[in-house]
Amino acid sequence: MARVVVDPITRIEGHLRIEVQEEAGRISQAWASSTQFRGIEIIMEGRDPRDAWAFTQRICGVCTAVHAIASCRAVEDALGIRVPPAGGLIRNLVHAMQTVQDHVIHFYHLHALDWVDVVSALSADPEATASLARSLSPWPNNSATHFAEVQGRVRRFVESGQLGIFTNGYWGHPAYKLPPEANLMAVAHYLEALDWQRDVIRVHTIFGGKNPHPNFLVGGMASAINLDDTGTINAESLTKVQGMITRARRFVEEVYWPDLLAIASFYKEWASIGGGVENYMSVGDYPDSGQWRDADSMYFSRGVIFDRNLAEVLPYEQEEVREYITSSWYEYEGGDEVGLHPWEGETRPRYTGPEPPWTYLQDHEKYTWMKAPRYQGRPMEVGPLARMLVGYASGHTDIREVVDEALGRLQVGPEALFSTLGRTAARGAETVLLARRMEQWFASLVARIRSGDTTTFNGDRWEPSSWPDTAQGYGFLEAARGSLGHWVEIRDGRISRYQCVVPSTWNCSPRDASGAGGPYESALTDNHPLVDPARPLEILRTIHSFDPCMACGVHVLDATGAEVTSVRVGG
Amino acid sequence: MMGPTPFAWSESETLGQHLDRRGVTRREFISWCTDLCVVLGVGSAFTPEMVRALQQVRRPSVVWLQLQECTGCVESVLRTSDPTIGDLLLDLVSMDYQHTLMAGAGDAVEAAKATAMEENFGQYLLIVTGSVPLEDDGIYLTIGGRTGLDVLGEAAEGAAAIIAVGACAHWGSVQAARPNPTGAVGIDRIIRDRPVVNIAGCPPIGDVITATVVHYLTFGAMPALDGQGRPLFAYGARIHDQCPRRANFDAGQYVQKFDDEGARKAWCLYEVGCKGPACFSPCPIFQWNSHTDWPIGAGHPCIGCTERNFWDTMTPFYERLPNVVGFGVERSADVIGAALALGAAAGVGAHAIATGIQRSRARDGDPGAVVLPVVSTPPEKNLESDREESDG
Repeated sequence: MARVVVDPITRIEGHLRIEVQEEAGRISQAWASSTQFRGIEIIMEGRDPRDAWAFTQRICGVCTAVHAIASCRAVEDALGIRVPPAGGLIRNLVHAMQTVQDHVIHFYHLHALDWVDVVSALSADPEATASLARSLSPWPNNSATHFAEVQGRVRRFVESGQLGIFTNGYWGHPAYKLPPEANLMAVAHYLEALDWQRDVIRVHTIFGGKNPHPNFLVGGMASAINLDDTGTINAESLTKVQGMITRARRFVEEVYWPDLLAIASFYKEWASIGGGVENYMSVGDYPDSGQWRDADSMYFSRGVIFDRNLAEVLPYEQEEVREYITSSWYEYEGGDEVGLHPWEGETRPRYTGPEPPWTYLQDHEKYTWMKAPRYQGRPMEVGPLARMLVGYASGHTDIREVVDEALGRLQVGPEALFSTLGRTAARGAETVLLARRMEQWFASLVARIRSGDTTTFNGDRWEPSSWPDTAQGYGFLEAARGSLGHWVEIRDGRISRYQCVVPSTWNCSPRDASGAGGPYESALTDNHPLVDPARPLEILRTIHSFDPCMACGVHVLDATGAEVTSVRVGG
Repeated sequence: MMGPTPFAWSESETLGQHLDRRGVTRREFISWCTDLCVVLGVGSAFTPEMVRALQQVRRPSVVWLQLQECTGCVESVLRTSDPTIGDLLLDLVSMDYQHTLMAGAGDAVEAAKATAMEENFGQYLLIVTGSVPLEDDGIYLTIGGRTGLDVLGEAAEGAAAIIAVGACAHWGSVQAARPNPTGAVGIDRIIRDRPVVNIAGCPPIGDVITATVVHYLTFGAMPALDGQGRPLFAYGARIHDQCPRRANFDAGQYVQKFDDEGARKAWCLYEVGCKGPACFSPCPIFQWNSHTDWPIGAGHPCIGCTERNFWDTMTPFYERLPNVVGFGVERSADVIGAALALGAAAGVGAHAIATGIQRSRARDGDPGAVVLPVVSTPPEKNLESDREESDG
C-alpha cells in the first residue's frame, strides 16, 4: 500500500488537497481536504442587505455573478420584491453566459490537459489533423495551415526548454491515449478558446459594467434601457449582445461539443470509473419568464434522484438539508455527531489538525475546512451531471435530445453517465442547451422592449423604511458547479444572519457521522485506477470532472447564535 | 496568454529577435509600444526608448502565488484586452508557477517552483494574489501542507520585485472586512524590507497588471507609486475627475432612484451612492473587457474597490457620500483618500460642498447638505493603521 498526497491540486479554483491509499494500481481510500477558510458569512452580519450581493459575489471570482444573483434573490424573497421581467431576462443572459463561458474554460484550460498530451501533438500530421477536424465540424479554422502553424509554435516552445506552466506535466504517461492528430486539434482549440472567452463574457460588461465581478442590484438591474440615449442599453449595445450570443453558440456547437465527444470516444473505459455517490440533486433554474419564484417556468427543473434510479425523480425539500462537522475543523454545541439545518447552523472554527508543515492528514479524524451537507442523511452530487440526470429522468425534451445524441455517438447506455466521463459529457450537453436557449431569452427581452416594457428595476421596497422589522428569505440558483442556496435574515434594516450552502460543499464534503464519504472521495474509490503514484494523472481526471471551486465551498454559518424562532419553509 | 502561449523563446534570444521570428512587424511593435507609453502616462515621445528597451529584454521567470483569494484577479488577467497585445505582453515572461493553469499538480509543481526560484534567485518576479491570514498561527490557509505565511516568506526572499495584484494582496479585501475572522492582511504587512507594488481593485483591470509588468521590464524599475503603493499611471486620478458623467454632476443632474428618468438619461449616480469622488482608479479611461464599458457606464455606482478598507469605509454602497469636497485633479490620492475615509468614519462633515451639489440643493429647496456617516461602526483597527500610513 502506498500513501499518495496531491497538494496543491492545480487547474481548479482555490486550495484543495487529496490524499489516497493505493493498492495494486487501484485507489482503496481517499480524503478530500479544503485548506482555505475566509469566514465571509460572519462578515455579513450588521450589513445593509442591499450590499450583500457585492460581498458574497467575492466568495468566488471564477463563478462570478452566481453568488450575487443568489443573494439578490434571497433579499428580494425576504422583502417581497418582484423583479420586472426585463430585469429577470437580463439576469438569465448574464447567468447563462457565465455558465457557458465557465464550462468552456473548464474543458480546455482546466480539464483538457488530463486527456490531451501536448508533447504528442508534435508528431501529428497537420493534413490528417485537418481531415479529422473537418469530419467532426465545419469550424472554419480547421485547416491544415492553421494546425501546422500551431504545431510550429508548440515545437519551438518545447525545444526552448522553457515550458512555463507546462513544466513537470505528466507528458508521455501511459494513460494518455489520444492519437497525435487529436492532441494537436485540442491544443489548437485550447488557444482559440482563450480568445473566445474574453469576447463572449462581455455580456457581463454591457449589463454589469465589468467582468469578473459585474454589478447587480436588489430589485432588478442597474443598466437602464433607453433606445434614445448614448449612455444606456440601446440598439448598439443590444446588437453587441446578440453578436456575443451568436458567437458563443457557434463555438460551443462547432468546437467544444465535437471535441468533447471525439476525445471521449478514446476514453470510454472512463465511463465505468469514478461514479461515486449514487444520489443527485438540482434546485432548478433559468426561468423563461424572468421570474425566479415561478418554478414552472424554469428551463432546468428541480428534483432529487436516489440510488441512480432514473425511474423516479423526487421533489426537493430544502428542510431536508443537514450539515455535519464530524470530519471538519469546527465544533457544535450538541457534539460532533449531530447534523444541523442551515437555519440552526452553528459555526465555531476549531482547528485540531497537526501543526504545519503537514505530512498526512488521513490519520486524523478531522481533516478539512469543508462541512458535510447531507440530504435526508445522504451525500448528494450536484452540478451539470445532476441537472442533466434530473432533466433526463423527468423527460425534459431538450435534455433527452442532447444527452441521447452523446450516448449514441459513444455507443453507450445511460448507465455510462454515472462516471468521470459522464460528468464531463453532461457539462458539455448543458452548455449546448444554454448556448441555444440564450437566443430565446434575448428574443423575449427584445420583444418586451419593442412593446414598451423597458423597466429593469422595482424600487417599491428599496427604502429600508418600507421593510418589516424582521424578514427571512432564501434564494436558490443552479451555478455552473451545482446547486447554490443563500439564506438571509434581516432585523431592523440590517442582516442578522446570512448563510450559503454551496455546490463544492456538497461535492467536496468529507465523511459524515455515519462514515459515508462525499462525492469526490466516493468517486476516487469507485473502480478507480492509479498506475503511477508519482504521477497521479488519474486522480486529476476524476477531481477535475467535478470542476472544484474551493473558495465557494468553504463557508461558515452564523456566529451570533441568534435563535430563529420561525422558519419559513418552502421551495 | 500568460503561460499556455506556446511560442518558443530560446534563452539566447532577445524580444526583438523573438518577435521578428514570430512574424510581428516592426510597425506593429512600435504601434503597440506607443499605445503602452500613453497608458503608462510617459507620453508617446518615449516610444523609441521603449522600443529599444523592450527589444533587448530577456524573458524573466515569474512565480505567481495564490493565497487567500477568489481567483477573480487571475480571471481578470485572462481578459486582458487586445488578444495580440495580451499575447505579446504575457509572452514576455516565463510563467514558472501558476496554480490555475499549470499542467502538473502536487509535488510536480512544487518542484517546478523550487527550481525556478533557485535558478533565478534574486532575479525572478513575484506576483501575489490573495491575502495572508495571521490568526491562529496562519492555519486558515495551507498550500502543500505549509501555511500561506511560510510559502510567501520563502518566495519573497529571492524575488527581484514583488507585485501584489488585487485588493486581497493589497490590504486583505473582503475577508479583512470587519470583524476580519481570520486576521487577513495584505502582503505589504508581511514584507517590510522592500517596496511592494499594489495593483488595487476587486479585481483590478487586467491591462493595468500587464502594463505594470512591462514597465518593470522596460525601465528596470517599478513605476512611481502613491502612498498606498499603487502605480500613479493607473491610480493617479479620481474617478470623479475623469468621469463622463461629471458634467451632469456639475449641472446638478442626478439619478435619484434606479431606472428613473435620470438613469435613462445616464446622469450622475452620486445621489444613489457613487463612490467615484473618493476613489482613485483608471476605470473611466481604460475601461473593462476590451474597452467595452465600465461600472458607472453600465448604470451602477462605483463601490470604490481600489481603496483600502472599502468594504467598511464605502458601505453602505447605496448611501451618498457625506460630502464631496471641491478638490481638483491636482490633489493626490493620499490626501483625499485619507480625508474622506477618516471624515466619513467619524461622521465629520465640515468640508466645503462642491458647487454642483449646492446649486442642486438650493434648487430643490434642500436646506443644506445632510451629513450621512458612510460607516456606522468604524473599524477601529483598520482605521488606526490607515491613519498611521497617511501620517507616515
